[in-house]
Amino acid sequence: MTSKHMRRAAHGSAGTGASATIGGLAALVLATGGAMADEPQHGGTLNVILDPEPPMLILGINQQAPTQKVAGKIYESLLRYDFDLEPMPSLAREWDISDDGMTYTFHLQEGVTWHDGEPFTAHDVVFTATEFLPETHPRAGSNFRHVESVEAPDDHTVVFELDTPYPAFILAFEVASFPIMPAHIYEGTDFNDNEMNDQPIGTGPFVFDSWSRGDVIRLARNDDYWQEGLPYLDGINFRMVPDAASRALALESGDLDMSSFNNIEPFDVPRLEELPHLEVITDGYEIAAPLAWIEINHRVEPLDDPRFRQAMLYALDREFIRDNIFMGLGRIPTGPINSVTVEYSDNVHIYEHDPERAVELMEEMGLEPDDDGNYAEVELLPLPYGETFTRLSEYISETLGDVGIDVTLRSTDSAGWADRVANWNYELTKNFVYQYGDPALGVSRTYVCDNIREGVLFSNTMGYCNERVDELFAAAATENDPDERAAMYEEVQQILVDELPVIWLLEMEFPTIVNTRVQNATTTAIGVADTFADTWIRE
Amino acid sequence: MNREFWSAFASNRGAVIGLVFLVLIIIVAASAHLIYPVSPWSMGNPPFQPPLAGGPFLGTDTLGRDVAAGVVHGARVSLLIGLVSSLAALLIGVTLGAVAGYFGGWVDDAIMRFTELFQTIPNFVLAVVLVAIFTPSIGSLVAAIAIVSWPPLARLTRGEFLSLRSREFVLAAVTTGQSTPHIILREILPNSLSPIIVAASLTVATAILLESALSFLGLGDPNVMSWGYQIGAARTVIRQAWWMSFFPGIAILITVLAINLVGEGLNDALNPKLARKGRG
Repeated sequence: MTSKHMRRAAHGSAGTGASATIGGLAALVLATGGAMADEPQHGGTLNVILDPEPPMLILGINQQAPTQKVAGKIYESLLRYDFDLEPMPSLAREWDISDDGMTYTFHLQEGVTWHDGEPFTAHDVVFTATEFLPETHPRAGSNFRHVESVEAPDDHTVVFELDTPYPAFILAFEVASFPIMPAHIYEGTDFNDNEMNDQPIGTGPFVFDSWSRGDVIRLARNDDYWQEGLPYLDGINFRMVPDAASRALALESGDLDMSSFNNIEPFDVPRLEELPHLEVITDGYEIAAPLAWIEINHRVEPLDDPRFRQAMLYALDREFIRDNIFMGLGRIPTGPINSVTVEYSDNVHIYEHDPERAVELMEEMGLEPDDDGNYAEVELLPLPYGETFTRLSEYISETLGDVGIDVTLRSTDSAGWADRVANWNYELTKNFVYQYGDPALGVSRTYVCDNIREGVLFSNTMGYCNERVDELFAAAATENDPDERAAMYEEVQQILVDELPVIWLLEMEFPTIVNTRVQNATTTAIGVADTFADTWIRE
Repeated sequence: MNREFWSAFASNRGAVIGLVFLVLIIIVAASAHLIYPVSPWSMGNPPFQPPLAGGPFLGTDTLGRDVAAGVVHGARVSLLIGLVSSLAALLIGVTLGAVAGYFGGWVDDAIMRFTELFQTIPNFVLAVVLVAIFTPSIGSLVAAIAIVSWPPLARLTRGEFLSLRSREFVLAAVTTGQSTPHIILREILPNSLSPIIVAASLTVATAILLESALSFLGLGDPNVMSWGYQIGAARTVIRQAWWMSFFPGIAILITVLAINLVGEGLNDALNPKLARKGRG
C-alpha cells in the first residue's frame, strides 16, 4: 500500500486534488486486493477484440455491448460495483441513503475535469438524470421511475428524492445505465444530432483518439485523470475482427490480448483455455447476468398447461446442454432470478432430468399418443445467433421427441425472429435476457401482466399472467425492509418455478479470454466495460 | 443399339467403376432405415467419440449423434434433392430450349435474353437468396437448385433444335402436315436426347454439391439430415474432431465423382464419334 502510494507520488503526473481520491484509492485497493504480489507497471498498449463495430461512442445515447466496452473507458458514472454487486466509489466518493430509503445523497469527487478541460460538477449529474437520459436511454424510464426530484445543493453534492422506497435504485448507477454526460456540450442542443457526437468527451481514464472505420478505435491515456497515477496503460486499441475463427486465431497468436462476451464461440473456449498464454475469466458479467430460456407462447394448446411445460423441463437434460453445447460455460438455473443477481433464492422446487416424469405428466393431462407415439406437436423457432444456438435447437427438438413431443424447427433470420416473437407469432423459441443486478430492473418485466405488449421484444411475449406474481413484484420493488423484500421475492420465485412461464435452461457465462500479460482485466461486475484505470501489462 | 451402348459404356473403365459406386450408394440410401433404424438425429451416445473407439463405427458428433447414421441417411437426402431438382431443371430447360430453337425469331430472342438474365447472376448467390426468402425446407431447396440449374440445359437444347430444325426429316414432317407438338416431341427431341442426357447427369452432381453447400451454410432443411449439414455443424470443431466432417466429405466426394464418371461414360456411349475423335 505504502509503496504503491509512493510510486504514484514519484510519478507525479499532473495531480489535481489528491485528497479527493481517497474513495477511489480504497476501491482500487479493494479491487486489486492483496492477490497481486507484483508491482503494477506503467506503459504499454492493450489490444482488445471488438465485435461488432459500435455505431457510435456516446454512451448516453447508445448502450450496446460494443459501445459499452469502448465508451466505458471514456465515461464514468457515480458508482461501480464489485462482483457481489456491492457499490464502490467512482465519481461519487461517498453516498448516504436515508433510513426511509427515499433520499439518496451523493458526494462527488473534487478536482475532476472533462477531457476538454472544463470542470465536472453536480450540475452535469443533474443534467444527465433529468434531461439527457430520459430522452435517450431505453432503461431510464424504469431506472428512474420513482425519482421525484434531482437537485444539486452545491457543486459537489447531488440529492435524489424518490416518491417511494426503491432499493433497486442503488444498482442504477453503473456506467451503461447512468453515464454522466457533459452538460456544457449538450445542454440546449439536440442530443442525437450534436456536432460533438463523433468526439466523445468524458471524465474517464482514457480519451478518444481516433476511429478508423472497420479497423480500429484508438484511445489514449488521460494525463489529467482525477485518480492520480492512473491509468497504467498508455492506450487501448479496439480492433474490429468480424470473423469468429480469426478472433480465436488472433488470441492464439498473441496479436490481440482480450476477448469478451460472445466474441469467441463456446466450442473454441476449451482449446484456447489450454494454451499457456491465455486465461479464461467468467467473472465480470454480474450486472448483465444473462439467463437463457425456452420462451413459450401460452396462447397455444397444450403449451398453456403448466403440466405440459413441466413435462418439457423434465425431459431436458440441462447438464448435457451446459457441458456439450455451451462447453461447460454456465450454471444450471433454479428459477427466474440468476444466482448472481440480488434476491436470488434456491428455496424452490428443483427439476431434475426425469423423462419418465415428463410422460407421466402428459398422461395426467389426458393427452393420448398418436400412431407415432407423439403426445403433442409443437413448433420451435430457433434463435438465429450462430452455431451454439443452432445446436441447442437440435438438442431440444431431439430430446423432446424422445418423450413424445414432436418438434418441428422453423428457421428464420434475426429480423424474422424478432418480428415473430414480438408479435406472438410463435410456439416455442429461445431467448436470453439481461437482469441488470436486481429483479426490479431486469426480471419482473418478463413475467408481469402489464408488460404483455404486442410488438415489443423482451416483454412478456408469453402472455403469462398471474395477479399474485404482479402484486409480489410490485410490492417487493418498493419494500425497504430487506427481510420482507426477500420473503416476497422468495414467494414469487416459488410461484414462477411451479408454473414455469418459461423454461430456464442456463445461467449463461461469457468467457473473457485474456493474455496472461494483462493484469486486472476484470475487477468489477461490468468486467471489460469498466474503466481499465487499474489494468496494466506485465512486460 | 443396346449392346452397342453397353459395350461403348464398358470400354470406359472409369464409368464402370463410377456406376458400381453409384449403385452401391443408391442401395445404401434406399435401405438407410434398415441399416440405422434410429433417427440420425438421435443423441444416444456420448459426444466427441472418435471412430473405432468402441462406440459407433465412425464416431459421434458434438451432440452424441452417430456420424455413420448421418452419412447413410444423408445419402437419401442428397440423392433425392439431386435427382428431383435436376428433373425439374430438365423440364424447364428442355421446354424453353426446344421452343426457342424450334420457332426461332423473336421467340428465340425473348427466351434467350431471359435465359441470359439467369446466367448473369452467380448460381450460388441466387440459390442462397431464394432459399433465404422462401425459408429453408426440402421443397424450397429443390426449387432453388432447379431455378439456378436450368439455363445451360436450355441453351444446349436450343442448339440441338436449331441444327436439327432444317434437316430433311423435320422438313418432311412439316410438309406432311404433322402438328408442331408432334414434330417437337416425336421427331426432334428423340434425336437430340444424347447430349441432353449427358448434361443432365452432370447437373445431378452439381445439384448435390449445391445442396451440400447450402446446408453447410445452415440453409438446409433443419429437420432433415444431410452431408452438407454434417460438415457445416462440425466445421467449428474440425481441429478437435476431424472425423465429424471428414466422413460426410468423403461421401460427397465419392458420390459426385461417381456421377461424373457415369456421365462421361454416357457421353462415350451416346456420342461414339465424338468420343473416338476426343481420344484421337
